[in-house]
Amino acid sequence: MATPPITHLRVHDRPIGERPRKQPQGRNVPVVEFDDVTKVYDGGSVGLERVSMRIGRGDFVFLVGPTGCGKSTCMRLLMKEIDPSEGHISIAGRNIGEIPRGRVPFLRRNIGVVFQDYKLLPNRTVYANVAYALEVIGEPRQSIRRKVPDILRLVGLSTKLHNYPDELSGGEQQRVSIARAFVNHPPLLLCDEPTGNLDPETSIGIMQLIYRINRTGTTVLVATHDREMVDKMRRRVIELSEGRIIRDQVSGLYRPDESTKEFAIRLRGELGIGDEGNPN
Amino acid sequence: MRPGFFLKEAIRALSRNAAPSLAAMLTVLLTALVLGVFIPVVQATTGTANQVRNRVVVNVYLQDNITPQQQNDLRNKLNTGTPNVKSVQYISKDQALKELQAKRKGTSEAIQLLGSNPLPATYRVVPRDPGKVQDIVNALVNVDPASGKQTYTMAGIDKVANRESDTKKILSATSLVKTLTASMAALLVLASIALIANTIRLSIFARRREVEVMKLVGATNWFIRWPFVIEGVIVGFMGGVLAVLVLWVIKDTLVDPLSDKFALIAAPNTIQFPALIAVLLVSCVAVSAIGSGLTLRRFLRV
Repeated sequence: MATPPITHLRVHDRPIGERPRKQPQGRNVPVVEFDDVTKVYDGGSVGLERVSMRIGRGDFVFLVGPTGCGKSTCMRLLMKEIDPSEGHISIAGRNIGEIPRGRVPFLRRNIGVVFQDYKLLPNRTVYANVAYALEVIGEPRQSIRRKVPDILRLVGLSTKLHNYPDELSGGEQQRVSIARAFVNHPPLLLCDEPTGNLDPETSIGIMQLIYRINRTGTTVLVATHDREMVDKMRRRVIELSEGRIIRDQVSGLYRPDESTKEFAIRLRGELGIGDEGNPN
Repeated sequence: MRPGFFLKEAIRALSRNAAPSLAAMLTVLLTALVLGVFIPVVQATTGTANQVRNRVVVNVYLQDNITPQQQNDLRNKLNTGTPNVKSVQYISKDQALKELQAKRKGTSEAIQLLGSNPLPATYRVVPRDPGKVQDIVNALVNVDPASGKQTYTMAGIDKVANRESDTKKILSATSLVKTLTASMAALLVLASIALIANTIRLSIFARRREVEVMKLVGATNWFIRWPFVIEGVIVGFMGGVLAVLVLWVIKDTLVDPLSDKFALIAAPNTIQFPALIAVLLVSCVAVSAIGSGLTLRRFLRV
């Protein structure tokens, strides 16, 4: 796949001051919108510089680039762990800069997050880890008892309900983390280097799981430096370098309705891992 | 909110982090124990010091030939027209003699030899604030600045005495004792709070990643904080109860048998044991609960 010339420094150009209400065809309000966002850290280092992008409902987007290019800054901005120095970020049309401190937890309940280091609660079982995400939003116990085994079956961990995280492999821990992120069906799923610590075969399983979640209509944003994986997945790629967007390629090479199984088979074929053994 | 869930979370955290919880509980136990011993000691000491201070009086000796009118005026002046007066007691010549005889055996013969009672009638004035006893003297005595000669503001006064050197000694000694015990008590309380807060801090610091994850999943600050506060209450309560038990044993086996023999231990103004228990338990629970809640604040800023 040839890298096209840098064409998308700005995804959309519009006069300053006009509200960003122009919709791309076939989409509603974009789920994620960065509007000229700059983030300068207290030490003076630049995390992001004048980044603008829109991610529509149901999109599967890769955020790629070398370490320090601003991928994690994007993720942390979306979680409102940090605030942008300039510009606005909107999630589902809501400017998250206007959300007061006390309401931030409610924003986060609508965003699932998956991290490279899993970030599981070490002294809780797999079941309790996933259940915690539901307890936080005040879900009744009955529905927690129903939903948690369901989601754990979906990620293929129905036999490890009562194990502690340190008794699981890296791939399994990441599956728990995905289950926790997705158990209350958030409209947006953020994955920060979800396969960073995993071997290629396990990575495919994880990517397949994330793809399956995407197929349910969830918007997915995956930050990764695994260029090979990104190329093979053939999804929209936003490339960052030193805090700027240097490529925003809406790939036309993939069939948007590709099934999870077809997706996995193609991925294995293209990555040269040749067998049909489907972990799910 | 859901108290049952938070209580369950707190108990689970306590049992899964047994070592830090135990450390926090021991800290509470030890500081409560030290405080429990120290509070009565401080009180007994200040009580005794106050008793000593109450011995500071001003004696107004009357002339033997004082008229009833003058005596009446003087009593009114002492009762209403003099600052810092707590009470005035009249001691007649006979009473003074009896007091003297009670204090020193053998004086009766000397008095008999004299043939008449040489002791003057006295108004014994007890000051409200022993530290300002001089105000009373100043109201009764005028000192001529040139000659240094003393004159009295009321007729019929023979002499005004406040046992100046005694008073000074009593005042400086008792105020030293009081300041010392007060500052020691303050230091001890501060040290206890710092110690408990620090131990709680350590046990929470070990779990700061957990707090971070909870925040990322969308837990509100109070949702995270409640289990920690309840944990603090449980730790404080258990430490406090253990300390009270130990204090009880000490009181029963050591202090009570001794209190017959030592005035300090039996001092009347010491706090009652049930009150002491209540004070200790409440402060243990409050300090560790508030400590948990406040310490967490740092880690909640994500």
